[in-house]
Amino acid sequence: MTSVETLSNGPLFGLPLADLWFGLLFFIFGTFLFLDGFDFGVGVLFATRDDKDEREQLLAAIGPFWDGNEVWLVVFGGALFAAFPSVYANLFSRHYLLMFAILGALILRGLAPEMYEQRHDDRWQRWWGRAFVVGSLAAPFFLGMFTANWLLGATTLVTLPGVLVGLTVVALTVVDGVAFLRLKTRGDLRNDLQSDGYRALAAYLVLVVLTLVGVYALAPGLRSTMRSTLVLGLVLSTLVLAAGYVLATRADRYYVAFAAAAGLVFALVGVVARLLYPSIDPAVGLTVAAAIVPTLSLNLMSIGAALLLPLVFVYFVVLYSAFSGPIEAGESY
Amino acid sequence: MIDPIIASRLQFALTTIVHIVFPVVSMGLAPFLVYFTWKDIRTGEPVYEQLRRFWTRIFAVSFVVGTVTGIVLEFEFGTNFAAFATTAGPLFGGPLAVEGMMAFMLEATFLGVFVFGRERVGDALYMVSAVAVGLGTWLSAVWILIANSWMQLPRGYEMVTRNGEQVIHLVDPIAAYANPRFFWMFVHMQNASVESVSLAMAGLSAYFVFRHHVWERPVDHVTFWETTLKIAIVGLVITAPLQVFHGDLYARHVYETQPQKFAAMEAVWETDSYVPEYLIAFPTSVENLLDPRAKEIFGIGIPGGASWLASGGDPQATIRGLEEFEGPQPPVAAVFWSFRIMVALGFWFVTLGFWSGYRWFRGELFADDLLHKALMASAPLGIFAVELGWVVTEVGRQPWVIQGVMKTSEGVSPDLTGAEATATLVGFAAAYLGLLTLYGYVVARIIRAGPPTGTDLVGVDDTDTDTTPSEVGADD
Repeated sequence: MTSVETLSNGPLFGLPLADLWFGLLFFIFGTFLFLDGFDFGVGVLFATRDDKDEREQLLAAIGPFWDGNEVWLVVFGGALFAAFPSVYANLFSRHYLLMFAILGALILRGLAPEMYEQRHDDRWQRWWGRAFVVGSLAAPFFLGMFTANWLLGATTLVTLPGVLVGLTVVALTVVDGVAFLRLKTRGDLRNDLQSDGYRALAAYLVLVVLTLVGVYALAPGLRSTMRSTLVLGLVLSTLVLAAGYVLATRADRYYVAFAAAAGLVFALVGVVARLLYPSIDPAVGLTVAAAIVPTLSLNLMSIGAALLLPLVFVYFVVLYSAFSGPIEAGESY
Repeated sequence: MIDPIIASRLQFALTTIVHIVFPVVSMGLAPFLVYFTWKDIRTGEPVYEQLRRFWTRIFAVSFVVGTVTGIVLEFEFGTNFAAFATTAGPLFGGPLAVEGMMAFMLEATFLGVFVFGRERVGDALYMVSAVAVGLGTWLSAVWILIANSWMQLPRGYEMVTRNGEQVIHLVDPIAAYANPRFFWMFVHMQNASVESVSLAMAGLSAYFVFRHHVWERPVDHVTFWETTLKIAIVGLVITAPLQVFHGDLYARHVYETQPQKFAAMEAVWETDSYVPEYLIAFPTSVENLLDPRAKEIFGIGIPGGASWLASGGDPQATIRGLEEFEGPQPPVAAVFWSFRIMVALGFWFVTLGFWSGYRWFRGELFADDLLHKALMASAPLGIFAVELGWVVTEVGRQPWVIQGVMKTSEGVSPDLTGAEATATLVGFAAAYLGLLTLYGYVVARIIRAGPPTGTDLVGVDDTDTDTTPSEVGADD
């Protein structure tokens, strides 16, 4: 029992585990938004392609990846439940209908490509193609709404910042999706996507500015944090990354552009996390320190995460290296 | 509008009942896929490549549906059972988080390699990916059942008031997570999954074997179906007797730890000794069906059988009746009949296993049309028995969500309105009906398209290993 006593007495190695879990939570959310984000982006871009072969390439590009990417959301839910159970409970039950809207969109998005491939007649593929687009648009939109409602402590379903952040996230996933597809496609399709990427990026920047202005105006409590060095730095780095994305795309440096897209996602998530902290559920005034799970559970989970997350990283390296480079002729979903 | 408590319970029941089908398929198929992949790589015989690819397709579709329906469950603890999540979270959340990181990540990433990557990776990594996917599905069950077994048999915790709320604190992780109930649940569930998949495979292949040999309507790739049948029978012969054996031990454990549930399983109201076990029980009236009382029911029982089951060999043992427990009782009818039908099916599967094994031994496996028909009719019954088993487990512990600690009605989100809960319940009922229809449709298409053949097999120049059935099948 001595080891249990040690684990119950205080945080492991005296580390600020509550804050680390807050950070880890948003890292997991950011990873989800970056990885599944390009799947959503591909789904949105699917609407802009009429050619059957091109549509097939889009589906083949995300085929091996999307399931693993989506698991980051499962891990986010699990980590939130385990580290901040009352936040998980309050937040999810408060945004009840929004949560099920997200789940519904994810079901549609996951199912649609599988169904699309089952039959090759036009009507069938037209409808499942639409379902794929709707699911891929709705999932990031509702996730953005959820994030904004969480941050601002909103108790109603639809809020202006919610809609703005929803659109912002959709635009970001398209930027992400283009960066990913430039790695996975060739020829005309790859060239055509370039302008889609620029347009999405422009929309993203405009929406970010609108959102920041909106939040600044509507949430006086957040103003001083918004002027903090970290937030200003992240906003500035968003501009730098956006410029980097454009330059890298022009120079056909696909991996650099993809990395810039990742940077954009993490900058956005970083801003949200910083604005939230030290609170974790502003609607009920709950702080990270008050909501964190008791010491023994916290220590055990920290050990678990420290052992398992490096392994998860290895799995993703194996998966992404097995399918590196553009999709080959004949590969399909 | 339905009451939010009732609607939340119905919705959780619906979403779990639908979801569990898919983990059963993936956990049950996993050992077969590992075996097919191994044989395919080692022997290079076309039939093993056919087996691997055909069953991988079914696995992949089941996995997708399992993923999308599984995420729903993980969120529902928060959306619909917020009070439970707040109270039990410090102990209950950990296993779910670990499940995601340890198991779900493993299976979802290697599934990509396993389904899409035969042409892209070497034999060794491909074999690793098959094992990793299988291991992931089973590890997933480990953590989910650790969480569930704690709800059945809560240990290693204390109740603490925190932020004005009653919260469960973990004090002894070994007691809480290395729960004796976990062992029985895991053994019973994993074996049941393999048994259910064996039954489904046997029933499906029996149809084609029957068509070819008995009905004399030649089937393409009959060797494929014959091999499938034999492999499925091996699975059944091993798992069916085991299921009955540890089912018996599990029931005894339930009696010791959840006597109220055991009493409901046997519909024993008054504490009694020498209680019979009704193997066959007939409701002689509607009242009997909806409110079974073991003493009044018409049945053929083993004298002292239930006592024997509960005590581990003493037919005189006393069984505590439901009347000894205060407060609301579990819905006895659902528990009693589900338990009965599940046990009966378990014995039927043992019979099927021995019957098929005997015919095979005599070299008459492909000729016994009655056996073929029995196997066909039993194809979905394994999964059905799993559902019944979960009804016994989950309905049987009502009114408790955490046995003896928290009532299910107390666990529901306090601010949830009837309108919201009804809306999502109706939405799920419609969406899952559609989902199941689509799943059935897709699996039927995969079956109709049959295993890949001819030039499509490896060895022949081929870049497209895992095409969809419509591209492989001749019907498109």
